[in-house]
Amino acid sequence: MEILVKPRPGLLDPQGKAIHHALRSLGWTDTQDVSVGKVIYIDLEAEDGDSALEIVQLMCRKILANPVTEDFEVSIVKNNERIIA
Amino acid sequence: MRVGVITFPGSNCDYDLYKAAQQIGANVEFIWHRQKNLDGYDAVMLPGGFSYGDYLRAGAIAQISPVMEEVSRFAANGGPVLGICNGFQILCEAGLLPGALVRNASLHFESKDIHVLVEQTDTLFTNKYENGQILRIPIAHAEGNYEANEQLLEELEDDGRVVFRYVSSDGELSKEANPNGSRNNIAGLTNKSGNVLGMMPHPERAMEDILGSVDGVGVFLSLATNLSTAGI
Repeated sequence: MEILVKPRPGLLDPQGKAIHHALRSLGWTDTQDVSVGKVIYIDLEAEDGDSALEIVQLMCRKILANPVTEDFEVSIVKNNERIIA
Repeated sequence: MRVGVITFPGSNCDYDLYKAAQQIGANVEFIWHRQKNLDGYDAVMLPGGFSYGDYLRAGAIAQISPVMEEVSRFAANGGPVLGICNGFQILCEAGLLPGALVRNASLHFESKDIHVLVEQTDTLFTNKYENGQILRIPIAHAEGNYEANEQLLEELEDDGRVVFRYVSSDGELSKEANPNGSRNNIAGLTNKSGNVLGMMPHPERAMEDILGSVDGVGVFLSLATNLSTAGI
């Protein structure tokens, strides 16, 4: 499972802001915005794709993402192939 | 007064907190994070530090420590809970306080003395202060930037739950006086019923003249006095 945890749009993302500044000072002045999230990989045994998604979404709501500041996207990766949820 | 100071793996202000509570006459004990019983304690304190190395998010792993279920129950029954720095982060992650603490707007670890205005003196933790008193207390954190949506901010302000606010040394509320980018300069707040306080500044590090400030004493003295008035 691949979980993308992203800062909620509109919230201050200081890391993104710093990288944005760095990119612009390197000459990429067309860069409009940068935000930084994280990727979490989980090896999970589940009956099928749907139940795997359900389990991981629960993990996200419970601990992996903070509902105040972050959004998340879950995808299933099998044999190096990603099935977008 | 019997006070429990919870130690998580990675807590590093637990001894300071122990000493601060002892200074105002409390019987203090350390509580290991695996303990599942808080019977007999009159107040519980969550110290600063880097529980679980701040992995995932500051306080995110500590919120599921076995003791936290007990802390929630203790708080729901009206027991006083004080969370300082990482303790504040843990209380937010555990849902005992609303909002979240994110990376400082400066991106730096901020370690210095700052000033806060005491906005509420009718709480368990602050009634030994004067209303509008300005305290000089140290901060030491990288994730102290208080974040909340507009609706929550309005609710906090309307209910008078913002207890401490970052100000300049002469009490001016400004962006410059805000060390971490917190919304509305919020440095500390309580839950709805007022028995849970979370704050980023470290009152336990401002307890003796030799430490440069005694402005933190009021937090512990208020709590001790209130509990003793209640016959504890």
